[in-house]
Amino acid sequence: MIIAVASGKGGTGKTTVATGLVLVLRDSGHKVAYLDCDVEEPNGHIFMAPQCNESEDIFIEVPEIEQDKCALCGKCAELCVFNALLVTSDEVITFPELCHGCGGCRYFCPAQAVRSGRKKIGTVERGTAGRAVFVRGELQVGTALSPPLVNAVKKNQLSRGINVMDAPPGTSCPAVATVRGADFCILVTEPTPFGLHDLALAAQMAKSLGVPCGVVVNRAGDGRELIENFCLQEGLPLLMKIPLSRTIAEAGSRGVPLNQAEVGWDRMLLLLYSDIKGLIMSERAYGNQR
Amino acid sequence: MKELTVISGKGGTGKTSVTGSFAVLAEKHVLADCDVDAANLHLILNPQVQHRESFPGMPMVEIITEKCTGCGLCEQLCRYGAIKDGAVDEMSCERCLVCYHACPEKAVQLVDNVAGEWFISHTRYGPMVHARLGIAQENSGKLVTEVRRRARTLAEEQGKNLIITDGPPGIGCPVISALGGSDLALVVVEPTLSSIHDLFRVLELTEHFKVQTAVCINKWDINPDNTREVENICHNKKVTLAGRLRYDPAVVAAAMEGKPVIRLPSTVAGDIVSLWDCVRQELGV
Amino acid sequence: MRIAVSAVGPALDSSVDERFGRCAFFVVFDEQTGDTEAIPNDGVNAAEGAGIKSAGLLLRNRVDVIVTGRVGPKAMQALLAGRLAVYTGVEGTVAQTMEQYRSGSLSPLGVPNARSHNGITSKEKPVK
Repeated sequence: MIIAVASGKGGTGKTTVATGLVLVLRDSGHKVAYLDCDVEEPNGHIFMAPQCNESEDIFIEVPEIEQDKCALCGKCAELCVFNALLVTSDEVITFPELCHGCGGCRYFCPAQAVRSGRKKIGTVERGTAGRAVFVRGELQVGTALSPPLVNAVKKNQLSRGINVMDAPPGTSCPAVATVRGADFCILVTEPTPFGLHDLALAAQMAKSLGVPCGVVVNRAGDGRELIENFCLQEGLPLLMKIPLSRTIAEAGSRGVPLNQAEVGWDRMLLLLYSDIKGLIMSERAYGNQR
Repeated sequence: MKELTVISGKGGTGKTSVTGSFAVLAEKHVLADCDVDAANLHLILNPQVQHRESFPGMPMVEIITEKCTGCGLCEQLCRYGAIKDGAVDEMSCERCLVCYHACPEKAVQLVDNVAGEWFISHTRYGPMVHARLGIAQENSGKLVTEVRRRARTLAEEQGKNLIITDGPPGIGCPVISALGGSDLALVVVEPTLSSIHDLFRVLELTEHFKVQTAVCINKWDINPDNTREVENICHNKKVTLAGRLRYDPAVVAAAMEGKPVIRLPSTVAGDIVSLWDCVRQELGV
Repeated sequence: MRIAVSAVGPALDSSVDERFGRCAFFVVFDEQTGDTEAIPNDGVNAAEGAGIKSAGLLLRNRVDVIVTGRVGPKAMQALLAGRLAVYTGVEGTVAQTMEQYRSGSLSPLGVPNARSHNGITSKEKPVK
């Protein structure tokens, strides 16, 4: 089972929910993995306190020019929409940091002068937090392209067991790459007009990926039913509310996970899981009927 | 002309609430919302759109079914797994156009792609340029550049001497586009371990771009120990500490009302005023 | 010698544009023929690598000297590899900038003076 935890807006408590969920599932004997796909700003380790023992460099394919074969025809630079190649009067210069690894230059070069080289975009670290599997990707600073790294993190999903994926905020490519293929997506939001606005975007993203989703409201207080009304209107299940509480906020600021922040949260998070499981089952049954 | 860019490594630290209040306090300014992925400033400034323009993205590809012979070359060449059974999955496509150039039947055609929209609006706190990027659209750095350029032109036309920019979160391409050439970056942080972790990455970025930087600690009283830690980081990095804002439910209440927090009677309002004074001095306006 | 100035518009009295990669036009003077032409900069629409695209455009148009404001490190690398001389300090209109260039009051640029637009690199590599 793959559960993605996403949010349109940053700082809504995605990581709090994701790590809390993983830790209670672990403690209740489930086989569970936490995968931090927020590769620009991975923060899950702060709450999970993992022991990482494996690290793998992730590469993408970039062009290398064999200058002696190159006829300086300019075809590669003309075709490259990412402007990663420049043809001068005596050589072809490559800009690997702009390359998206589409392989077009190599395929189209009439002189077969383009070799496949590789460029590191980041690392994937693997380890454990108790009996839970911990995986995180960290983007090399100065790299613009994160989806291949997100996909490398996703390769570590357990085939049997529960995978909880912490998505990057927003609705841009890395967030899409994380949520794609998940069985369910938890959308974490806060009951403010900001939270609502960005929740709508995230819900739209999950919908266009065909991933069923539900909402967790963080810092719930006098929200004047902003989120409740939205959920009703969109037919989204409202899964859980985490109240606006100084205790929880302070615990979070010290890196204490939600299930240890206050009594009762372990039970709430387990309930959240069983609700999600139920929703996935009914979605499958409904999907089969369709 | 001066430009202030409000940023934060981690999202949700209160960047927009701070920017919205500055909009009330500042004079002779233009506002620019450069958080084009999740723009929020419009929610508290209630802009009336006066001009809107679509923002073209990189062209998309489409397979003309009648021309396709099903040779499968495009599928084989696509590194992103975006072509399956003669159809293009827009969400996976990187717009590299390899399929378009490779198709022997010319069955792949280009279609225009609107990546987003940008707006020039009137608000009671000054003119504002903002934008909205579609889901899974690239080019956010370019849209940020566009918003900043329009804001600058607008400021020149209307004789304003300050641009207040609400920047995107993170340290990626859009933030870099929002920072380059700015006169002062104000980093809004919270005293949490996550926010401190991200503060280091942001300071590295502003240092790299040689942008003068100041830090403001939001909700400083939720963890005074971490607040001291942030202050120490600022001291060591020789970054100005421009102010501390206390935790105040009025911030959320103001957002609920769709108003800048400074418009509501609250204790945090005083903190924001002194923060603004400090920022103004740093900027020299 | 063909000299290009980055500009907002295509005419001699157009304002110059400080940005190299994302200027709307390059106004090119041919010292031999005395002609002026304006080349629309298609780099302006690039998502990334606008400066490289613009450098390629100048190379194809056989430009020898570019006068502009800010040049990023990648564009600088591209321009220098293409053996273009890079001058900065554009001001006012295209005609005024050309005057400045002819009078020799602009200085050539050896290292990039705008920062990379692609995240942080651990060490800046000055371009030789």
